[in-house]
Parts: sequence; C-alpha cells; structure tokens
Amino acid sequence: MNMRTPLKTARNLGSAKEGADHFWKQRVTGVANVALGLFLVWLIASLVGADYATVKAKLANPVIALALLALVVSGTLHMRLGMQTIIEDYVHGEAAKIVCVMLNTFFATAVALACTFAVLKISFGA
Amino acid sequence: MADAHSGRGARAARPLSPHLQIYTMTVSMASSIIHRITGAALYFGSALLAWWLISAAISPAYFDYVASWFQTWPGKFVMLGYTWALLHHMMGGLRHFTWDLGYGYELATIDKLCWASAAISLTATALVWYYVATNYGSV
Repeated sequence: MNMRTPLKTARNLGSAKEGADHFWKQRVTGVANVALGLFLVWLIASLVGADYATVKAKLANPVIALALLALVVSGTLHMRLGMQTIIEDYVHGEAAKIVCVMLNTFFATAVALACTFAVLKISFGA
Repeated sequence: MADAHSGRGARAARPLSPHLQIYTMTVSMASSIIHRITGAALYFGSALLAWWLISAAISPAYFDYVASWFQTWPGKFVMLGYTWALLHHMMGGLRHFTWDLGYGYELATIDKLCWASAAISLTATALVWYYVATNYGSV
C-alpha cells in the first residue's frame, strides 16, 4: 500500500526555474541578428568570385572580424534555441528528445567554435 | 502497471482533434510554417559558413576547392536559397517583434504583415542577386 502523498512524486518536477529565459534570449539574439544578418549578406555579396588574398584581407579587417564574431555568437545561440523548440515540438520520446537536444547543442557549439577559430586565425595572420 | 488494469491501454475510437489537412491554409499559417522551415534551413546552412571560413583559414588551395563548390549550379542554388531563407526569416522575425510589442493583431493586419514579409524578402533577394550579377559579372 502506497502511503505517500501525491505531492511526493510531484515535487521537483515543476518549473525549471528558468522562466522566460529561453523566450527572452531568442528575442535578444533575434534583434541582434537583424543587423548582423544584413551584414553577412553584404559581406558575402561583396566577396562573390573574389580570390583568396582578397577574402583573407577582408576577413582580417578588425571591424569585419568583430562583426563576424558577433554574428557567430548571436547566430549560434539563436539557432540552438530555435532548433530546441522544434525538437521539443516534434520529438516526443523522452530519451530521443534528450539525445536530440544534446546533439543540437553539440552542432551549434561546433559551428560556433569552427567559425570563431577560423576568424581569429585569419585575423591574427597565421 | 496499474494502467494495464485501468482500461487506459485500450483506447476507444473517439474523434481526434483536427489535424493539419483539415484546416484551410491561411497566409498566417503558411508564414508560420515557412518561418520554421527557413529557420531550420539556416541552422544547417550555418555549417556552410563555417566550412567557408575554415577553408580560408586552412590554405589557398583548400579555399579554392570550397569556392569551386559554390560556383557550381547546385552551389549557386543553395546560396540563392540561403539568401532568401535568411531575409525571409528576418522579415518573419520583425513581424514577430511587432506582435511581441502588442501591435498588429487585427486579422486584416496579420494578413498584410505576412504578405509584406514575403514580398519584401523576395524583392530583397532579387535585389541582392541583381547587385551581385551586375557588379561581378558572373553570379
């Protein structure tokens, strides 16, 4: 016979104490991405067909490198949150959901690190 | 375990709530779906940006190899699609900011905002590619 009250099983399964954190970060990075996304379109459009030396010189420009780094940080945070929402909407199995959310974090982090490393390497002229 | 005897396992054939195909497609519904699809496309497309940046950090030869992929017709198609996806998702985002701030909830306004974001993203994409084509000869 189970003498435990229902409260026992409900405890610690409530709010994750994150509140509107996900929502708000999605908005903040979204606002930043409007400007940074337009910057990316301009950057790529201005480098169509350009040779290696031209591309490298442009990416090494401090202003462009900084804007790219800002885009990488804001963009990968935004896309990670967005894909997490998609996963939570469509993947219902608990184990599969946890795996997908984890892979999502790995992918976003890998893209962020690769881009950051590349921009820094080009900037510092190695 | 208790569920095995509670009758919950065998579901009665009750009516289900309507699925996607029941609803008439509205522009706001299409916009919502496209916003999600473009978001997912941008997500995976970000790997291409990483690939391109890494190639520029590796060597001139590898950069030329990666650049040659973007010069192929499939490569150009992906770039065109990426431009549109980015601009469309951006316009969708601006539309959502409008709603987040509490404006534009009249039904007619919702439809107008959705059509406008589609029109602006398509026009902007065309302008960007026109600019590229005219300034750099070959796209």
